[in-house]
This record gives sequence, C-alpha cells and structure tokens, in this order.
Amino acid sequence: MAAYIIRRVFAAVLLLLVVSAVTFAIFFLVPRLGGQTTDSLAAQYIGKSPTPDAIAAVKKNLGLDDPVYLQFWHFIKGIVVGAEYNFGPNPSVCHVPCFGYSFKTHVEIWPEIVQRIPVTLSLAVGAAVIWVLSGVAIGVLSALKRGSIIDRLAMGVALAGVSLPMFFTGLVSLALFSFHWTIWEGLEFVPFTENPGQWAWNLILPWCTLAFLYSALYARLTRAGMLETMGEDYIRTARAKGLRESKVVVKHGLRAALTPLVTIFGMDFALLLGGAVITERVYSFQGMGAFAIQGVTQSDLPKVMGVTLVAAFFIVVCNLLVDLVYAAIDPRVRLS
Amino acid sequence: MNSRKTAAAIAVTLAMALGASACGSSDKDSDGSKGGGGSAKADAGLSSIVNASDKKGGTVVYEHSSGPDSLDPGNTYYGWVQNFSRLYARALVTFKPAAGKEGLEVVPDLATSLGKASPDAKTWTYTLRKGVKFQDGTEITSKDVKYAIERSNFAPEALSNGPTYFKAYLEGGDKYKGPYKDKSPEGLKSIETPDPYTITFKLNKPFADMDYLAAFSQTAPVPQKADKGAEYVQNIVSSGPYKFDSYSESSGATLSRNPEWDQASDPIRKALPDKIELKLNVNATTVDEHLLSDTITADAAGTGLQSKTQPKVLVKADEKAKTDNPYAGALQYLAMNVNVKPFDNIECRKAVQYAVDKAGAVNAIGGAVKGDPASTLIPPSVSGYKKFDLYATPGNKGDAAKAKAALTACGKPGGFSTTLTARADRPDEVLVATQIQESLKKVGINADVKTFPADKYFTDFAGVPDWVHKNNAGLMMMAWGADWPTGFGFLDQIVNGSAIKPSGGTNLMELNDPKINKALTDGIGTVDPAARTAAWGNVDELVMQNASVVPLFYKKNLLYRPESAANVTVTEAYLGMYDYVLMSSTK
Repeated sequence: MAAYIIRRVFAAVLLLLVVSAVTFAIFFLVPRLGGQTTDSLAAQYIGKSPTPDAIAAVKKNLGLDDPVYLQFWHFIKGIVVGAEYNFGPNPSVCHVPCFGYSFKTHVEIWPEIVQRIPVTLSLAVGAAVIWVLSGVAIGVLSALKRGSIIDRLAMGVALAGVSLPMFFTGLVSLALFSFHWTIWEGLEFVPFTENPGQWAWNLILPWCTLAFLYSALYARLTRAGMLETMGEDYIRTARAKGLRESKVVVKHGLRAALTPLVTIFGMDFALLLGGAVITERVYSFQGMGAFAIQGVTQSDLPKVMGVTLVAAFFIVVCNLLVDLVYAAIDPRVRLS
Repeated sequence: MNSRKTAAAIAVTLAMALGASACGSSDKDSDGSKGGGGSAKADAGLSSIVNASDKKGGTVVYEHSSGPDSLDPGNTYYGWVQNFSRLYARALVTFKPAAGKEGLEVVPDLATSLGKASPDAKTWTYTLRKGVKFQDGTEITSKDVKYAIERSNFAPEALSNGPTYFKAYLEGGDKYKGPYKDKSPEGLKSIETPDPYTITFKLNKPFADMDYLAAFSQTAPVPQKADKGAEYVQNIVSSGPYKFDSYSESSGATLSRNPEWDQASDPIRKALPDKIELKLNVNATTVDEHLLSDTITADAAGTGLQSKTQPKVLVKADEKAKTDNPYAGALQYLAMNVNVKPFDNIECRKAVQYAVDKAGAVNAIGGAVKGDPASTLIPPSVSGYKKFDLYATPGNKGDAAKAKAALTACGKPGGFSTTLTARADRPDEVLVATQIQESLKKVGINADVKTFPADKYFTDFAGVPDWVHKNNAGLMMMAWGADWPTGFGFLDQIVNGSAIKPSGGTNLMELNDPKINKALTDGIGTVDPAARTAAWGNVDELVMQNASVVPLFYKKNLLYRPESAANVTVTEAYLGMYDYVLMSSTK
C-alpha cells in the first residue's frame, strides 16, 4: 500500500511538471511561433502607450529576454525557494511557494489563490453533495420504477439538465430568483467562518444550478447501472436467500452500480475544485475560476499558471483517492 | 421521445419566465417618488445636477464588470479611475464638479490657483494650500507632489500603466531614471520645490495646456515613506475626504471619511456620503440589473448600460426619464493612409468622404443612442470643437454622384480595390466596417474587410506603417478619445507627424503635414486660453481639408440614474460619465 502511494505521488509530481511546462510553452513559445517578439509581449503589460523605455524595463524585470527554458527554471525554482522582483524602491519578496508575481496587478499569486480556495471549495462541495444525493436517488428510483411516470419525468428533467449549459441556467435562475422575485438580492459570497447561515443561504442558488447540470448525468448513469446489476444472477440469489428488498437494492445492487460513478465523480469534482469558471462568472463569485478568466483576459501568465497547477493538483489527488476508494467498494480490486 | 418533449416544455417555460422577468422589473419602481429623481426628464443630467441635495450621510455603491488598471493615482490611465480617485487623492488642480459645460473648467484643488505661466509657456508655478494633511496627519508639501510625479512617470519598471506626459514635456525627462533607481535627494531637477508650498515645472518646449496635465491624478501627493512602488495600491495614503478601509484586487474597496480632511481647505468637494463602496468583477448583466433595481448608485466604468439592457429602458417613458445620453468624448473614424495607393491622391480620398454613409453606420450599431453622425475630428464635448462640414451629403447618407466625380478626378473612374482593417473583438466596429464596405461598393470601390485582435491592432497591424504599406491597408477603422478634453489633447496623438512610430503608432493616416504640425505647435504655445481653444478648430479644419480622415460618429453612452442616486450630473471632462466627486446617495 505504502509503495503504491509513493509511486503514485512521484508520478503526480512528474505530471504536474509536464502540465506547467505545457502551460508555460503555450504562453511563451506559441506567440513567438506566431511571429510575436518579446517586445510585443512586454507591451501587453504596460498601459495605453508603451514607450521603448517602459518595454525595456518590463522585459528586464520579468526576464522576458531570457531563453524560455531559463524562465521556466526560474518559475520552478521560485515555487521551492521564493523569488524577488523589483517593483518599487525596495525589492518585493515573493514568498515560498512563489507561483510568481502578477505581471499586471503586482500581487503575489499564491496568497490570491489561497484566498479564493474557500469560495471554489464551498461551491464545489455543496453542489457535489446535492448532485450525488439527488442524482443517485433519482437514478435508483427510476431504475426500480422503470417505465413509470416517475421514471419518465425524472429522465426528462435529467435530459434538460444535461443539455442546458450553465451560462443559461445560471442566468435564468438569477433573472428569476434574484432580479425578478428578489428572494436572493445582492447575492455575494459570505465566508463560512463569518456567518454560516448566510454562507449557505447565498450559495443555494449556485449550488442548485450547478447540481442541476451534474445530477442529471448521475441520475442517468445510476439508472443504467442499476438496471444492469438488478438483472444479474446474484441479485436473484440474494432475493432467493430471503434478504429484505432494501438490503438487496442498496447492498447488492447499488454498491456494484456505484463503481463507474465514483470514477466520474472524482474527475468532475476535481475539475470543479480547479474553478467553476462559468458559475463563478455568472454569480460574480471571486473564486479560482474567476481568477483564471482574469488571467486569460489580461494575458497575465502567472495567474493562469497558478490556477492551472492548482487545478491539475486537485485532479491528480482526486484520481488517487478514487483508486483507493475503488478498493474499498469493489471487492474485485486489489492494490497489490 | 417523451423525455425529449418534457425537456422542451421545461426549456420553453424557463425561457418564458426569463422573458417575464425582463418585462416586469419596473413594477417596484412605480411607487418610488421618495428619491425626488422621479421628476427629472431624460438627459436632465447633461445640463443640470439631478436630485440635488445637501444632505450628508449614506453610502454610495459603485460596481464594475471588471476592474481598474490600478487605483494607485500614479499608476492609472483609465478615465473612470481619474474621476474616482478624486475621492481619496487631491491633484494640484482638477475639473470643476459642475453640470454642463462648466464641468470642462479646470479649477484649483491642492493648489491655491491655476498654474502661473512664464510668457513663453515653458515655466509653470503652482502654490499649495497651507495646512492640507495626509490621512496620517502630516502636512502635504510640494515635495510630496514632486515625488508623486517622479514615481508615476519615471519608473516604468514598477508603475507602467499611466500616461507619461510629464516625462515627455519636462526638461531632462528623457535622462532621469526615476526615484527608485536614482536615489539622489534632488531627484528630477526640472521640478523645483523652493519652499514647502511652491512647485515649479520647467518644460522643454512651450506647453500651454499645463493645467490639464496638472489635473491628472499623477500630481496627487504621495508620501515617499509610504511608497512601496507597485504595492502602494494596497495601502494608498489619502489626501482627500475619504480613506481606504479595505482594498482587494478581486472584490473591491471600501472607503470611509478621512478625519484629517478639512472642508475649509477644499472649496470643490462637499463629501456628502459617509461611505463609498466599490465592487469589482461583477457580472455585467448583474451590474445593469442592480442599477435598474436601485441596488447600487452607479456603474463605475461610466460607459453606460449594455446594448442588451438598453431596449428594456428605452421603451418605457418613466424608465427612459432616468437616462442620460451624453457624448463619450470619443470619435469613431475611418483613417486613409496617405502613403498607400491610390489614397496618395486627395481626389481618391474625397471619393471615400462622399461615398461613406454615416447615418447608415450609426444605424448599424443601434441608432442615435449610440452616436451622432460626425463631420469633425474634435467631438462637441471637447474644448475647441468647431462645427463645420466640408463634405456634407444629404442626410449624412453619402452622395454617390459626388463620389464618382471625385473618382474620375483621381483617374480611377471605374473604382479600385483596397483593404479595410477593423478590430475583431469590437463588434460595433466590425458592423460599421461592413456597412462602409457596402456603401463604398456602390461607387465601385471594393474594400476587403480584415479583422485583427484589438490588443495587437496598433503594435502589430494598423499602427505599423511597414505592415500597412505591404498589405495595401488603405482604409483603417479607428476610435479615439482624448487624454484630456482639449483640442490638443484630442488631436496631437492622431494627426501630428511625431505620432508616427515604427510600431504602436496612433497616427494611422501617416499624416505628416508641416502646416498641421506647425498649427499644433503654435497653438500649444499660446498662453491665452481663448486664442488657444480657437486654434484647435482650425487644426481640425486643416485635417479635414487633407481629407484623410472620415469622421463617422461621435460616440454616445446611455447612462442610468437609479432613484437613490443624488447629485447626479454628467462630466464632459471624464468621457461623459457621472461626476463621482458630486455623487451621493439617499440610501
């Protein structure tokens, strides 16, 4: 078990390095291939009228003239030992782990991300709980009452959920419940530590819209899985043994049907932790997704790099967890 | 099949509900006579102070769909930050917080009077008010103003957002390395501070618009002790009536009263609200909805309601009464490069002048709310505007007969082919370009529309003469707003020969006419304000005689005044947004 985890962690670090290298290349190599010079790259970080002086100063300060591999090395080094930049009378220190200094707003990236994690985490966890519970419950119910009105209605709603994009359901829910009926007026993120009640209340709408999108998929998957397992021989055996129906459904049917769901859940949840980009934008929540958008629209590489790495980190971790959970719920999986 | 029908039914229901919410949002406004703003008519804010009040208290809430370049007065170029920063930063002089044309007047702020010029307009002296304090209680001296200008103009490695006019106009400005690198106590020698209340600027050429430079937030004092370069924005030291309680790049700022600010030292600010809130990165639709539902006081950006919100407001008389439709201080125009054939021939340029359908261009982007057809470069809201029209056509719709006559005179009776560039991520500009393409086609000019990303437009394409010549880009879409609202502030960067650069230039016509250059130089050397202002109209006319610019329309915004907003007036000095020094709230 320990060897397995160490092996996986090592692979994860390697993977993160590759991800950061690719992100770095997209920002610094691709524009060059497209014919851009370092001057035009530097000019993006200066206001309306970049003077040659300012361009030279910015290039020197951000090290844009160095070869790309050297810049990448500085970035990686910064994460481990920190870095220093000259943005004023005294050098500004970028503390460990230094994910860089924003080229545009001159703030350290890591504290910004840390400050935004609670927002994204609140969104993701709450929505995940709702979508897993409702999705699985609806899926099981539909499978057991196959062909009934409930089944058809549930699957109909599920189809709508899968097909309606977030920016549509999000805006519609805002238009209805915030602007029209003003149930949630002045919707903004309130930290859990400040006021748990308000925290939950203000998150209900985003949770529900996010969960609507995902639970649909989960309901359909659970239904399909349940239909399959409930037809298996061992279910008939269980029933023949005289087990209670509830035990048959939950312990023998659902458990087997859940395995593929866990994999997908791991991925979905990890992706959300990397920033619910559209949801955060629609509800004006300042999470990691909103941060990533800011970074992209301002061509502010350190912001994009930071969010990409954190998101990749979550995906790697969640995948590892999923593999471990597999062993627990599916007796057929052995780690060795 | 059934589930698909259900889904469709749900989608339709949701869509209808959305529509219902769009039509029904005004019902809560009908009972709102409490604010007093209800009696004002549409465009009342253009010429008067709407909902005028002397009542202290309340919180003014601003929202912005993205954010500032920086709230640091020494590191910003954005018009709305120039306007907003006056709440916490006092420049030497500023624009008068007043309605209508009075708002274009420069009045003393930190200084006791406007600048005193030497007869050659090369030396300018300001005297500071005595006893004005920073929020920490220390008195503001001329050294703090000098330091603020040094850091904002001469330290591009740290503060690169703002304009660099001081660097361009101050003697020795090209050699000084800025306060972070040059630690000598005297700093830049061409800014003299003989005593704590006197500051003298020595310029490298005559420059009579100095008061407008002094009105930039860059002259607001910054104490050297507290300056941490680019990080100063985290802890701005206030010299105005409000100080920062909190600031975060992502969510915004809260300002409360600065106890060290003294009303007696400040004749232009009433400082009515107790608190100012600025919320950043709010979804643009939400900003508009918050305005309409009177949840916030104003949209900080000051560019008005989004196109999709406008119809909602304009169709109802009581809602329309709460709107102002000012000039945004900017001109959308078509530039013809005089070095690209056949535009080297003035007759071919005239053909385009007559062929373009300006009324059609305005219609293409949404009609009169978005702009008025233009005949001059300088917009009516900028000092120096002179009304004239050298290429008048009936109803501004173009005149094919005159255009064809000009084409014949140019030696191209059958027309010609050229390229028209526009910025891909500016939908209005692309619409106008397509519309122009159609009107040119009617006279036999085939323009191939090519679009490019806005952030590379000047650095890699239209602003690079080599690229323009190679790609036969005779026609280029362009929009321009002045850095300060005078004819010089508007024209110098777009028609002066010195604005032609190998890359990043904004003189897209490559106009280098000695007559125009001289008229600009002479005008800016004229100390007498009336004579100077009159000079800009003449420069405008010279450019139009050259025929290389087709003014398309003066841009307009549609601003909205919520019921709770008090002391609301449009300031022409800041691109036609509301004056944030005056603004207060009944909430």
